[in-house]
Amino acid sequence: MNTLWELASVYGQLSLLAFGGANAVIPEMQRQVVDVHHWMSAHDFAALYALAQAAPGPNMMVVSLVGWRVAGFWGALVTTGAVALPSSILTLLVSGVWFRFKDAPWRKAIQAGLLPVTAGLIMASAALLIQTTVVDLAAAAVAVVAGALFFFTKLHPLLILGGAAAAGAIGLVG
Amino acid sequence: MSETRPNPTVFDLFAGFFMVGVCGFGGVLPWARRMIVDQRKWLTRIEFTEMLGLCQFLPGGNIMNVTIALGSRFRGVPGAAACFLGLMTAPVAIVIMLGAIYDQYAGYAPVRRAFVALSAAAAAYLVANAWKIAAPLWGRKLAIAVAASTFVAIAVLRLPMLVAMPVLAIGSTLVLWRFRA
Repeated sequence: MNTLWELASVYGQLSLLAFGGANAVIPEMQRQVVDVHHWMSAHDFAALYALAQAAPGPNMMVVSLVGWRVAGFWGALVTTGAVALPSSILTLLVSGVWFRFKDAPWRKAIQAGLLPVTAGLIMASAALLIQTTVVDLAAAAVAVVAGALFFFTKLHPLLILGGAAAAGAIGLVG
Repeated sequence: MSETRPNPTVFDLFAGFFMVGVCGFGGVLPWARRMIVDQRKWLTRIEFTEMLGLCQFLPGGNIMNVTIALGSRFRGVPGAAACFLGLMTAPVAIVIMLGAIYDQYAGYAPVRRAFVALSAAAAAYLVANAWKIAAPLWGRKLAIAVAASTFVAIAVLRLPMLVAMPVLAIGSTLVLWRFRA
């Protein structure tokens, strides 16, 4: 019961901090889950993130997966609900009056101000995951090759993730 | 327009987003746009873009916010709940199934190696995404300085986000507005 409350409190906070979606709060999520609450290791967290990327659905899936790993079915329900509820209530309240201020100068100023913060946050998420997942030269090679494919080709992301997993499974890398 | 305004039921809303959740491999947004604008014509292209603008402006998952904004527009709170549950039910079930399978077989060397490689590739995917998101900042010194400060605060100093985020967001908005950068 205590764990469920802690999960709810961690993910409820993340909900209102997630400017730029789940990927912007990966460092804070990892800090809470790994360093503060010791629910899992950094490597486990990175593996769950990877698993969530390989699944269909919004990129919030890592949230459900962490909840499930920590506290089973109810954990998944609590983290998913907690990450959704505060931001959803805000959206519900604001969407009715959005037309009044969507062209307001202060609204544009805030959006312009948030963009570089979001970019920095997602950069931080990426750096943290690279640091955790590049455990040896083979993993580094996978990251470089996959990164180049993501960036320079129009291949479907799932194809690249699947290719990397397959290369790992047959012992090509890893 | 000669067409009557769309009037989806709570069930329609659930069903529409359920398909988006199932199909949405590697990013849900294109699938959501296709369903909402092209297939079911619940919103025009412009309405969708405006709604997405709001949902990107607010905190939380963008597509989650779209389910709330669109659902409540047609059917109030029950509609919002229907869209949200429609989107989330299948992906959450699938991801937990994958988690269970992973736990079951994590002891086998090929599975473990597959996950080392998959994790590195997923991290690289986020690097590529981060680069694309940062691209509009190119050449704007002040904006780059804000992004760099954010990076240092979160990735290097590992500051709690609850403390760092208000300072960074408000500071960035004021500085960029003041200097029109």
